[in-house]
Amino acid sequence: MTEYIDIFVRAIFVNNMILAYFLGMCSFLALSKKVDTAFGLGLAVVFVLGITTPLNNIIFNLLLKDNTLVQGVDLSFLNFLCFIAVIASTVQLLEMLLDRFFPPLYNSLGIFLPLITVNCSILGGSLFMVERDYNFGQSMAFGFGSGMGFFLAIIALAGIRHKLRYSNIPDGLRGLGITFILTGLMALGFQAFASVTLQAP
Amino acid sequence: MNKDLKETIEKKHKEIEPLFEKGGKFEKFYPLFEAQDTFALTPPDVTKGFTHVRDAVDLKRVMFTVVIALLPCLLWGMFNAGHQYYHYSGIEAGPIASMFRGMWIVMPIVMTSYIVGGLWEVTFAVVRKHEINEGFLVTGLLFPLTLPPTIALWQVAVGISFGVVIGKEVFGGTGFNILNPALTARAYLFFAHAKDMTGDVWAKSIDGKTGATPLGLGASYGGDGVNVMERLSDTGYSFGTIFGGLIPGSIGETSVIAILLGAAILIVSGVGSWKIMAGGVAGLVVTAIFMNFLPTQGGIDPETGNIIQYTTWSQIPFVYHLVMGSFLFGIVFMATDPVSAAQTDVGKWIYGALIGVVTVLVRVTNPGFPEGVMLAILFMNVMAPIIDHYVVKAHIAKRNAYLRKFSYAKG
Repeated sequence: MTEYIDIFVRAIFVNNMILAYFLGMCSFLALSKKVDTAFGLGLAVVFVLGITTPLNNIIFNLLLKDNTLVQGVDLSFLNFLCFIAVIASTVQLLEMLLDRFFPPLYNSLGIFLPLITVNCSILGGSLFMVERDYNFGQSMAFGFGSGMGFFLAIIALAGIRHKLRYSNIPDGLRGLGITFILTGLMALGFQAFASVTLQAP
Repeated sequence: MNKDLKETIEKKHKEIEPLFEKGGKFEKFYPLFEAQDTFALTPPDVTKGFTHVRDAVDLKRVMFTVVIALLPCLLWGMFNAGHQYYHYSGIEAGPIASMFRGMWIVMPIVMTSYIVGGLWEVTFAVVRKHEINEGFLVTGLLFPLTLPPTIALWQVAVGISFGVVIGKEVFGGTGFNILNPALTARAYLFFAHAKDMTGDVWAKSIDGKTGATPLGLGASYGGDGVNVMERLSDTGYSFGTIFGGLIPGSIGETSVIAILLGAAILIVSGVGSWKIMAGGVAGLVVTAIFMNFLPTQGGIDPETGNIIQYTTWSQIPFVYHLVMGSFLFGIVFMATDPVSAAQTDVGKWIYGALIGVVTVLVRVTNPGFPEGVMLAILFMNVMAPIIDHYVVKAHIAKRNAYLRKFSYAKG
């Protein structure tokens, strides 16, 4: 149990998708102007990362990995194709499900839900899962944790950008320039948790 | 006499003012003139428009209160630096000699911070045509107080440059920054020059002697089966010595008494928020007590080979967490920075409490960093706007529900 909690917490704070690996920056920077939008996108990322990472884990471990499907055949070069296909179809499926059963949430997410398909941090989550050799349970904890990390980072940035509207920023830095600097400074703040570990040394 | 002085200054001002005004010879340097004008005389500015605030407490006085509150820490820091210097050099020295030695060590650091940081402040003020703010007086003093006395002066200069430029001026100067500039500067040095910032700093400048701080001892702890409290007392640390402050550490952080004096000044004058301080202490105490319930560590006794249980960093009583390291300094002077802290009342409690919680978590669960206050405050600086956002939102929802109950509002 501690192991899963450890992976979960580390994915949120230590190996934060945004502030440690700088993955998924495009939507992070583009959709953080308003807190409500950021909140919606963050939730969507939590959903999609939490679902696709374990799903890809199953596919990878049962089909693609060396010697699993056919003895002596290594299909792991199909990683990217399969993962992207899974992500795209999951997002589609999620969109339909949300549209059918949770229309308010669907409406608040709007265009951002389909856009998640091309979010680097989603694919990154699956690739990290392969690289670190997670099993199903671990990849579930990792997926949800990474999503929560994204969520935390993007609403924090949205809050700060809201506050920055009243700032007298130098002309050349207005807009994205200051947001880049801000992201760097936020990463400095998140350094508090670098090398945190819950497992006994 | 005083009146004469005032008159002379005013007369001189009138004489040179045209030089700095639009079209004058030194038009570009108006911020410099304005700064010393505000410093020496009461500024003539009045509010334009309908609201007229009649309050003697302006930015200048607020900032000066903080500087005054920092003085006990600075003086003690000087004395302690001298004391540690003589202690680790193996020289017996009286308190007066220690004080002078400490001044010799600490003053250059403070001066460097003020001069280099001030240059940046003036440069930005001149180029961007904003006023030079007294806020810099606080940043320039806070930053050296968080440094070890053995730091090299060029590192001070690099650190304060980063803090003032990236931490504050790129956001538009005093009042607009997101992170506390002094802490940003310290964090920059901490990651860029980690070896000079933590650990046995005295050992490097003076051969053969180690000067680990109490928290450093905990971090270097290698699971050798020694109870953490024994470890502290073996190296001469007790609650009394840590409280008293004659121990190695950053310049301003060691003496609890000096910090409490500063805290009293801040709270009585209303400059520092007591809610943040109280929240921080409460968060730290609760988390530390919770941590005490964690199981002790199992290990093998190096002498007998038996399996034994020993206490680790998590079992330390909360009073030690409170006085050790820079927690008090951070929560009193850094966390209460009105610009980067949460602005709402409820937000201040949450903000402060989470600083305490994160501090203990970093100290206990993070073997990478012995001390967590600086990063805890930076982390909460990042989170403060979003806390405020949700506090305000909750308040609006509450008021709306109240109004709806009495059907004053539609919908």
